[in-house]
Amino acid sequence: MDISTAAVQMRNITKTFGPVVANDKVWLDIYRGEILALLGENGSGKTTLMNMLSGIYFPDEGTISIDGREVVIRSPKDAFDLGIGMIHQHFKLVDVLTAAENIVLGLEGKLDLKAARERIRGICDAYGFEVDPDQKIYDMSVSQKQTVEIVKVLYRGADILILDEPTAVLTPQETDKLFAVLRNMRDDGKAVVIITHKMHEVEALSDRVAILRHGQFIGDMPTKDTNAQEMTNMMVGHAVTLNIDRPDPVDPKPRIEVKGLTVRSIDGILKLDDVSFTANSGEILGIAGISGCGQKELLEAIAGLQPVESGSISYIEDDGTREELIGKDPLSIAEMGVSLSFVPEDRLGMGLVANMDLSDNMMLRSFRKGRSLFTDRKTPRQLALDVVEELDVVTPGVSTPVRRLSGGNVQKVLVGREIASAPTVLLTAYAVRGLDINSSYTIYDLINKQKAQGVAVLYVGEDLDVLLELADRILVLCGGKVSGIVPGRGAQKRDVGMMMTKLGGDAHE
Amino acid sequence: MNKTHTPLFHVSKRGALPWYRSWGIRGAAVILALLVCALITNLVTGEDPVQVYKTIFQGSFGSARRAWVLFQNLAILLCVSLAITPAFRMRCWNLGGDGQMLMGGLATAACMILLGGKLPNWALILLMIVASVIAGAVWAAIPAIFKAKWNTNETLFTLMMNYIATQLVAYYIIIWEVPKGAGKIGIINQSSQAGWLPTIGSYKYLLNIIVVAVICVAMYIYLNYSKHGYEIAVVGESERTARYVGIKVERVIVRTMLLSGAICGVAGMLLVGGTEHTLTTTITASRGFTAVMVSWLAKFNPIWMVLTSFLLVFLERGAGQIATNFGLSASFADILTGIILFFIIGSEFFINYKINFRHAAGKEE
Repeated sequence: MDISTAAVQMRNITKTFGPVVANDKVWLDIYRGEILALLGENGSGKTTLMNMLSGIYFPDEGTISIDGREVVIRSPKDAFDLGIGMIHQHFKLVDVLTAAENIVLGLEGKLDLKAARERIRGICDAYGFEVDPDQKIYDMSVSQKQTVEIVKVLYRGADILILDEPTAVLTPQETDKLFAVLRNMRDDGKAVVIITHKMHEVEALSDRVAILRHGQFIGDMPTKDTNAQEMTNMMVGHAVTLNIDRPDPVDPKPRIEVKGLTVRSIDGILKLDDVSFTANSGEILGIAGISGCGQKELLEAIAGLQPVESGSISYIEDDGTREELIGKDPLSIAEMGVSLSFVPEDRLGMGLVANMDLSDNMMLRSFRKGRSLFTDRKTPRQLALDVVEELDVVTPGVSTPVRRLSGGNVQKVLVGREIASAPTVLLTAYAVRGLDINSSYTIYDLINKQKAQGVAVLYVGEDLDVLLELADRILVLCGGKVSGIVPGRGAQKRDVGMMMTKLGGDAHE
Repeated sequence: MNKTHTPLFHVSKRGALPWYRSWGIRGAAVILALLVCALITNLVTGEDPVQVYKTIFQGSFGSARRAWVLFQNLAILLCVSLAITPAFRMRCWNLGGDGQMLMGGLATAACMILLGGKLPNWALILLMIVASVIAGAVWAAIPAIFKAKWNTNETLFTLMMNYIATQLVAYYIIIWEVPKGAGKIGIINQSSQAGWLPTIGSYKYLLNIIVVAVICVAMYIYLNYSKHGYEIAVVGESERTARYVGIKVERVIVRTMLLSGAICGVAGMLLVGGTEHTLTTTITASRGFTAVMVSWLAKFNPIWMVLTSFLLVFLERGAGQIATNFGLSASFADILTGIILFFIIGSEFFINYKINFRHAAGKEE
């Protein structure tokens, strides 16, 4: 393999969506035997650029060459024929089909599931994946789904792999495994592109970084010649500090007391098993755990969205009066005067209405106010303008549907609305998932401000490094049970990681 | 360029177009449609297309009477379209407009036949209104409750309710038939005119038109500015979001379908009490289904629905006229209507997407 010729050469690539310029004359080289980290803030055009390489979009201008030969990629099939495979941030799997069926879906030739299963097992053995070819997608955890996506791409013989934020949904251990696989692929002479926001991952994994900002190519360099600070500055365009504040809690008082909470899913699967803890005012309680270990159910139970089998959730006011939250829906919880804000994991499917504009989304929380039959549109509009202004939301205006905003801006809109109601309890699930550094720090900042105002914050996170820096205490969930509660100050990443995979962590050994 | 071929064109999404450009595209679609229709008319029938168009226009506006009939038809169609629109905005596909209208008409006829002459006219009309509203609402509420409680499919359910309504009406027509054995009711209360909606001056259809105009404006305000309207939109977009902010989804579904059915009932009342003064199983002329098209074409906006229902009624009236004038089959008129609708619906594609041709790529804005 001639290393000196780039596997992929993208030249002068421009792509516009209506008035938005997503990529502006971008040049990018991807080499075999190398892991390239593509860096950039949300909305900087990383995913768009890679989508053009994988045939999802067609560039308005510019050329793409594979191994020095100019090609035209009109469809994902063209891309596959050229050996390009992309693992998307949002999985493109058919829920009701099995892993094997998803993997062969759309392939030409005779459908031979038996042979396919064998090949899938072969790929899994070669790289150390764990996939049951006959398992239905809807039965899978997020990380299993991602594995299926990767196997799918390998099955089709891809030797140029693009991964769009693959670690966002993985535990540290799963991430390490993935990285090992990616390194193997690199050593095999495959070209690997990884889109990520996490600096320590870039440093740990990649050989070279390329940075985009506002759709433009800023520069690339060998990873060993740079550092997190420099990369961040290039991404953002100005110097930023990479420290998360953790002020000491001021006058913490019990605010939410959960006792013996047990929750089953509709299918009767035990999601939370006898969970007990107390969340204090003025404190951030981090919740760590492998995805799908009951984090979602826990927050939704507190928010009144999840039917509970047994246990109690008490809201404790400053004067010590207790209110039981179980059995109440979000409306009656609000009517009791409990100001509870919830930033759910599924921002556009639950927290916001994707097709509505910013002001109408602000109205979701406030539209009932007043006795009038008609909605008050001025206040939400003003709130939208304030949120855009204060949180630097990048949007053409407050009349833009939120689905047109990039991930980080969507999250700012959601968090902005949720904290606008001056909550006493703030529940957040994966508040920075998919957000770039700058937006993430904005969100940490906002959460810290809420903490300073005496809000009891429950922060479900996936990035242990952040949890260890941000949370005052960390509640570790493992398979729906409380594996332990550790103080955030001084906690070791390794210990918490162990507790995530095994009840009690080291204590049982 | 031998090895690789840039595609001849590729499609990309547009940003929002200024209103004059999107309407320009729609206008161009109508003109194109008319040209294609003219060509087909000429090729297939040998008639002069200009004469055919003239006849279509005359069918609608040829005389004052025809114009009134046009507006009357428009009013009833618009009324049903307005009725199903709140449900549609909620992504609840109420295809039971016909049945709900029939039930409204049945309730109206029942009041007129059973109580005509026994009550003062104003009380009778009041009762007709109440009865038709309740009948339509009940007919919509049954599928709505099933949907809310057990998540049944409202499309199939409302469709089936249509058949039940038709059979119920057929049954009562036999009971009330005049004269015995005629198999139809004939004009109800022809001599006493009891329960006939009053006419304004000498304009037989004006009352209906005014009533529907009021409903139209009210519906626009309800959907766009009321809290209920907002809840409907949220439930339609995402039930999970609705639950998350504490909207009682089941209640909104039932409430909205009640409203939907109630207005359908009113439409039935306007038909039976206002213009036809009789009841048949086909009195709705499938307007409950035409209304689906009216509502979709107008993107569920009540004000635009005035235009889209006008278009459909205009084409239908004109079609009838060319069938008589040129001795063409009525199906030919349907072909023309189909072509025109095809172009209008197709134009939406060009409003949302743009086509980049190989050479023009990048030159277009």
